[in-house]
Amino acid sequence: MPLVEIRDVRKEFPARSRGGSPTVAVDGVDLDVEAGEIFGIVGYSGAGKSTLVRLVNALEPATSGSIRVDGTEIVGLGERSLQRVRRDIGMIFQQFNLMNSRTVYGNIAFPLQVAGVPKSEHRKRISELLHFVGLADKALAYPDQLSGGQKQRVGIARALATSPKLLLADEATSALDPETTQEVLALLKQVNTELGITIVLITHEMEVIKTIADKVAVMEDGKVIEQGPVFDLFSRPQHPATRRFVSTLVADQPPERALQVLRERHDGRFVTLAFRDPAVRQSQVFAELISRDVAFELVYGGIEDIQGETFGNLTLSLTGDPTQVEAALGAVRALVDVREVAA
Amino acid sequence: MFDDTRLLDLTDLLREEFFTTLYIVGLTLLVGGLLGLALGLALSTTRRGGLLANRPVFVVLNLLVNFFRPIPFVIFIGAVQPFARVVVGTGIGEKAIIFAMTLAATFGISRIVEQNLVSVDPGVIEAARSMGAGRLRIVLTVLLPEALGPLILGYTFVVVAIIDMSAIAGAIGAGGLGAFALQYGWRQFDTVVTWTTVLIIVALVQIAQFAGNGLARKVMRR
Repeated sequence: MPLVEIRDVRKEFPARSRGGSPTVAVDGVDLDVEAGEIFGIVGYSGAGKSTLVRLVNALEPATSGSIRVDGTEIVGLGERSLQRVRRDIGMIFQQFNLMNSRTVYGNIAFPLQVAGVPKSEHRKRISELLHFVGLADKALAYPDQLSGGQKQRVGIARALATSPKLLLADEATSALDPETTQEVLALLKQVNTELGITIVLITHEMEVIKTIADKVAVMEDGKVIEQGPVFDLFSRPQHPATRRFVSTLVADQPPERALQVLRERHDGRFVTLAFRDPAVRQSQVFAELISRDVAFELVYGGIEDIQGETFGNLTLSLTGDPTQVEAALGAVRALVDVREVAA
Repeated sequence: MFDDTRLLDLTDLLREEFFTTLYIVGLTLLVGGLLGLALGLALSTTRRGGLLANRPVFVVLNLLVNFFRPIPFVIFIGAVQPFARVVVGTGIGEKAIIFAMTLAATFGISRIVEQNLVSVDPGVIEAARSMGAGRLRIVLTVLLPEALGPLILGYTFVVVAIIDMSAIAGAIGAGGLGAFALQYGWRQFDTVVTWTTVLIIVALVQIAQFAGNGLARKVMRR
């Protein structure tokens, strides 16, 4: 049974003005998040991903559909029961959302107080958490004395205080610089592997997905348009929006502008080879071309490493006898996906 | 000017009026402060997107505050006199002025409280909700502590306004420094008495402002 099971969930916000139509933020989403995985949800702002994650801990009530968290149906539950459900779901935020009136210690104590953990146990638990996130010396600091990365670490410690099974991360690294982003992602990975906590992570950055997610769903206009294991989605994006996201990390075919320049410089036939099968080596492909006297130049592309597996798209300019080129491509097609570059 | 002042004869009375002012201002601040806090909390939490979002309640409360707040205090005292008779049993004197001042302070303070609570980062409230905290707990342990510094500054501002209001107490036969300055200073052409009283009021305001600033600074750690 998945830890989070979302079925045909819809969320409408009432119209802002009288007579206007309601805004549909989430439109018939189905998702399964298995226990122990890091599930990424990627989309542009306004795609509905932030709303979707808020439905999972019922910060916003779903308009219709079913959401089961650890077996409990939460759509239609009353506020009291929802409060209990929320105590078992941690959440971290883009802007950290720490209480400035409390110290780091006080911030982490808050969820313990809410959950009714006896005060005598606070010190030990908070010390554990601070050691885990690497801020043991900051217990008495106030949030405004911390850097962004430190604040998010406190946010993570606070979210883990009551030992939840599920952690929701809403653009948790979007306010951080690239280096700090990597540190926080490494910490989240540690949360996942060492503590076995399932993470649902929302982002608009494919880099984040690539770094730590196991599975990914792409959202657009309130709908999940594509989902699957990260490597599959990166190597075989189906939907145009997914392609656009993937192309932010891995060069696809050359874009229109680049193509014009390339055509001026190279007069061969342009094809894009997609390397996805780790068993296929580039040298095999090139050997096929060479054996038929097809000259080739690499004009565009890139190779990317996704969690230990390599894939990439290489655009070549091929010159030679047209029948030989065709024959060579026939052999190459048996190894990799070949796409013509539109003239 | 200094030859014909009756200041020395009036020192006992001045002392008495000083404590009357402290009493009127203190009681108004206490009761009006609490009622204003409650009303301000209601205004800020029932508005759209608030913890207890409730449009009808918000509209009614908002209208109520908007109706009473702009009334000049001199007129306000007279206008609420019938209510004073019902609530405190008299339309004149100390009780009546405290009633009128408390009411006016409640409406004034409610807006200050509302403004300060609305400016608390909604993300922090959302974080508290995500941890399963109930609404009352959020109000008491998140919302109010997060806004405490600005709230203290707001209340300090109100103290000055209340001292200002208390000067008109004489209009319905209540005492205090304001009434004293008007009656024994201004009407008797005794400039020394007038200015002595003024200086005492200024000192009172300064002390309140100083204490408020200090407390707020301590709470906000700057």
